[in-house]
Amino acid sequence: MTALSTPPAPGRAPRGARPGGRARQEDIQGRLLVSPTVVVVGLVVLLPFLAVVVLAFQDLRLIDIPRITPADLEVTFDNFATVLSSAGFWTALRTTVVYATATTLGAIVAGVAVALALRRPFPGRGLVRGLVLVPYVLPVVAAATIWRTSLDTQYGVVNAFGRQVLGWEAPLAFLSSAGHEIGGVTVPLALTTVIAFEIWKTFPLAFLFVTARLQAVPGDLEEAASIDGASALQRFWYIVLPQLRGVVALLIVLRFLWSFQSFNDIYLLTGGAGGTEVLAVRVYEELITRANIGTASALGLVMTVLLSVLLVLYVRMARKEQSA
Amino acid sequence: MTTTRERAPGAARPAPARLRPSVGDVIERRGLAVLRVLVIAATVLVSAGPLLYGVLLSVQPLSNVIADPLDVIPDAFDFSAYPTALGAEEDGGFGLGRFMRNSLWVALGTTALAIAFSVLGAYAAVRLRFFGRETVNGMFLGVYLLPGIVLAVPLFVLMSRIGLTGSLFGLVLIYLAQTVPVALYMLRNYFIAVPASVEEAAMIDGCNRMQLIVRVVLPMAMPGIVATGLYVFMIAWNEYLFALLFLVQDRERWTVALGIAQLTEFSVPATVLMAGSIAITVPIVAGFFLAQRMLISGLTVGAEKG
Repeated sequence: MTALSTPPAPGRAPRGARPGGRARQEDIQGRLLVSPTVVVVGLVVLLPFLAVVVLAFQDLRLIDIPRITPADLEVTFDNFATVLSSAGFWTALRTTVVYATATTLGAIVAGVAVALALRRPFPGRGLVRGLVLVPYVLPVVAAATIWRTSLDTQYGVVNAFGRQVLGWEAPLAFLSSAGHEIGGVTVPLALTTVIAFEIWKTFPLAFLFVTARLQAVPGDLEEAASIDGASALQRFWYIVLPQLRGVVALLIVLRFLWSFQSFNDIYLLTGGAGGTEVLAVRVYEELITRANIGTASALGLVMTVLLSVLLVLYVRMARKEQSA
Repeated sequence: MTTTRERAPGAARPAPARLRPSVGDVIERRGLAVLRVLVIAATVLVSAGPLLYGVLLSVQPLSNVIADPLDVIPDAFDFSAYPTALGAEEDGGFGLGRFMRNSLWVALGTTALAIAFSVLGAYAAVRLRFFGRETVNGMFLGVYLLPGIVLAVPLFVLMSRIGLTGSLFGLVLIYLAQTVPVALYMLRNYFIAVPASVEEAAMIDGCNRMQLIVRVVLPMAMPGIVATGLYVFMIAWNEYLFALLFLVQDRERWTVALGIAQLTEFSVPATVLMAGSIAITVPIVAGFFLAQRMLISGLTVGAEKG
């Protein structure tokens, strides 16, 4: 937005242009062409983000909205105190970290494994590659509905299989059970289910990234290693895997940032029940169920700060790596 | 995988170890071959299984599903779940046809605007030197990283205040802002591939900037535009959170994602839910195949002309 009101930078004339003539024209045209994007992003993303910062310091409920004026705004830190002192916040934070870590690693491991398995041609490879993309392309609501149906305790295929073939005594409540004992170990069943769903939904993306990178791995390196007597596992470990480092690092960052803020998948599957209340679901609950704009904003701001810290850490690590 | 490598460039050196592979090598190779087949089989089952399950459930009578949930192969076909899901409420249906119409408008509107905005923006970012270019290039990252749920709070407050809740236009605006930066970023890569010399020739022939974009750059970047458009369409068609926040009170305007999710709360038969889920998936899959053909044809046309 500032781009529109600042005078053109002098001395930045492009090659072979009359000074002031074409450069100035380019400057004006460039700003005009990006202005629709800048305006819409400014209105719907940047301005609301500033509003979150303001609202986080207000004592506001949803019912106050029709009546508030800027004059009513006063700064209070109560929302942050409320948010950070509640046990639910720390539980949700832990759930979010577990969820984001498990889904990130799971999706990447699955993506790499499938990419390697499909690396060399075989009859029907094209079809399998197409099928891999199905979970990714499927609308999340359709996918969640199908999963819910298949996991249903009464008519779901998974519980029917478990009881008739595996000999379960009772159906498992995959979507609502916070802890289920399996062989003496208590498994957070609902959380495991939403993690499995997210891995299933996102491994195709990791597969696509890794496949693209694998195609660029020079074949002669592996061939040479093979002649020198390196086994398949050694070749994978010492030659292919180091080549995948960059793409895997990028995927870790992207996947972690995405799953850290994931709302749809969890809310659609469990509604946040059974120990699956992540931070994003908690923000929604604060906003809609408790109708408290102040704490919802404060919680959202805390989430954003956490994400920013993670991102800064990553950028620093990446820089160090580059300079090393 | 381990055929003889005599033709390899480094094979001048004798490699006696290759002649008699150790027992360990053989076991490892066999193990990996088996593992590979297992991974491929599991991939097919896991990827396609749930969708297939949904399709099979949607075409059989509900009584079959309840009587024997494990027997997913229909003994008798019954397609009545589709008209029930799609039909209007007055006719005893669940109104999904109307939700699809709403979603179609929202998704088409978002796609058209997002493409228009991002074509202009991407062209400027690639070809023009202007003040603030770096800011625009970096802007998409910020949008990408801000959690949707965080922006949902003030947008909900704002939209209730100015009365845009319950309006599909409000949704288009939000989807537009969320997709334009990424669309711009995607298109940039395609625009870079358009040779600048072609543009310079058109400029000399007297094209102004807009004519240049519409007549020269656009046709050459068409495959990229189709791919980007499909991406935007998918996001807008699938989006759930903002539809839930803004439209949940207004059943007339529900989108497909919101509609299906709300129906799971009522006691809607499982077969109808499956039919609905499959119905909203079809446009996405169709779009994918359509775009794939256009993408390939776009590339081959260029190749024919050399």
